Amino acid sequence: MIDTITEMMPFIVLVPLIAGPICALLPGRGLPWALATISASVAFVLAAMTLGAVFHGETLRYAFGDWAPPIGIEYRVDAANAFVALLITGMAAILLPWGKALVDDEVPERQGSFYGLFLIALAGLLGITLTGDVFNVFVFLEISSLATYGLIAHGQDRRALLAAFRYLIMGTVGATFLLIGIAFMYILTGSLNMVDLAERLPVDEGSRALQVGLGFIVVGLSIKLALFPLHHWLPNAYTYAPTLISTFLAATATKVALYVMLRFIFDVFGPAYSFMALPLSAGFMALALAGMFAGSWLAIFQTNLKRMLAYSSVAQVGYMVLGVSLVTVAGLMAAFLHLFNHGLMKAALFASAGLIIYRTGSLRMEALRGIGRQMPWTLTAFALAGVSLVGVPPTAGFISKWYLISAAIEADQLWLVALILVTSLMALIYIARIIELVWLQPRPEGAPVVEEVPWGLLVPVWMLVAANFYFGIDTRLTVGAASAAAQALTGGVLLP
Amino acid sequence: MTVLSLFNYWAVVVLMMIGYYCVIVRGNMIKKIIGLGIFQTSVFILFISAGKVLGGSTPILRDGVSIYSNPLPHVLILTAIVVGIATTAVGLALTVRIREAFGSIDDDDLDAAQKDDAE
Repeated sequence: MIDTITEMMPFIVLVPLIAGPICALLPGRGLPWALATISASVAFVLAAMTLGAVFHGETLRYAFGDWAPPIGIEYRVDAANAFVALLITGMAAILLPWGKALVDDEVPERQGSFYGLFLIALAGLLGITLTGDVFNVFVFLEISSLATYGLIAHGQDRRALLAAFRYLIMGTVGATFLLIGIAFMYILTGSLNMVDLAERLPVDEGSRALQVGLGFIVVGLSIKLALFPLHHWLPNAYTYAPTLISTFLAATATKVALYVMLRFIFDVFGPAYSFMALPLSAGFMALALAGMFAGSWLAIFQTNLKRMLAYSSVAQVGYMVLGVSLVTVAGLMAAFLHLFNHGLMKAALFASAGLIIYRTGSLRMEALRGIGRQMPWTLTAFALAGVSLVGVPPTAGFISKWYLISAAIEADQLWLVALILVTSLMALIYIARIIELVWLQPRPEGAPVVEEVPWGLLVPVWMLVAANFYFGIDTRLTVGAASAAAQALTGGVLLP
Repeated sequence: MTVLSLFNYWAVVVLMMIGYYCVIVRGNMIKKIIGLGIFQTSVFILFISAGKVLGGSTPILRDGVSIYSNPLPHVLILTAIVVGIATTAVGLALTVRIREAFGSIDDDDLDAAQKDDAE
């Protein structure tokens, strides 16, 4: 059984990667969409089976072309990457069926290449997640990034082009930094395989080249991760991209960058070296807190709903990095838990914002006044997902914050608890502001009457909302997988 | 190990700084893309320099040669060059579209246009 799954695991990446170019050649609107949905669903089923196989600490290894690692390229899957792969494929499988009507609306022409790019971006993200080869990480990072730039530029507003170009500049600088870091590692060891590197890197000798390499990798991935203050590409990219793309990226892209950074820090370099060679713990903590406050603060004053959610993402990345900065298994587990849960809540929020733009054609707050009575189901979904973002029990957001606060208490950092609570209150302010605007204020005279969206569009959004509540009550899957992921990354060793 | 024996690495550092400076400071999008190209190329040279083995010959199997240079960095950089070209192509395509939509490819004009759009 394990052998079969090992053989099938590479197809999580290969199915969307092969389907992508085929999709680009298909004519019309129905066929490319159908192929994209089918391949995302196949990848989801395979990812779910893979997570099932590695849930109790096993590691699956698949060597391409039967070239044994470290010579050949291998995919190496443990609980950490299987968990992230499940999130990515799950989001693609839910959002693609949902997004059809919105894509028809926003990208009326050449949908074949649009869905093709989507599949290639998906394959790139999954490739970063599953591979056990550092150069492969760089190549897949660029594959997914290039596809993402193209997808963002599909936005209707002309500012989408500018957002895509600026993301391209920052993203390429980030990826090149990663390549420089990989060059240092390769020069020192002559190897590119992660497991092999972990054994060969001269971590005991305190080499300056190794320290510089780690620095380049951390900074390069921090750009992709949108860690404050390297987040400048994110708000515009998420605001002007087509709705399906902002929803998918918000739920997955930064999470993959975080995962791969953790893989480098904890698995390849080892926590004992990483946190000694560079002041990562203090640095991450300071930047995470700055991001939490700056992101939430800026979110409060936005006049565009999508931009508000984008700034909120900057703040939420802060929570994940804060968990990492504690350098404990509990902190790492909280980071993984929030990585998954934040994917769920941000997808639900962006998706319901997408339904509003589908009906009103605008996301300016002014246009949303009193819209709650006209689109009750959409706005209730938004409000419930917002409750999860704030972290009210019994939602997934509460579980994330609970584990993060427990990790902070365990690490004797009580002041962090206070700061986490303050930023949660700031999240409450910007979510409550929307709720007040759409439900409690009357619809202005002469404002266009909007209708509720059809059920086909509501059901996937409500499934995401339901998942937020389900994973707030039954935490066996999320907490179990996050704990297994933290164990897999640290090798079960207690951290210093 | 004199300063001159590290000539390749000095070239890498100088090119890297020129490219990076160009990306940050230049307002013109084409110049930004040129800077990005120089920046990436410097990393390619870094990789390839590391593959040279002193006294080694080209990595082709033949009689009478026992030391070969390392071919792997070349192969890696072939891939990275393809990635770099793809990035340049996407960047230029976006620049063309931006020129069509805004009538300018200069950062200052674009910022002004973006502000107008917001109002």
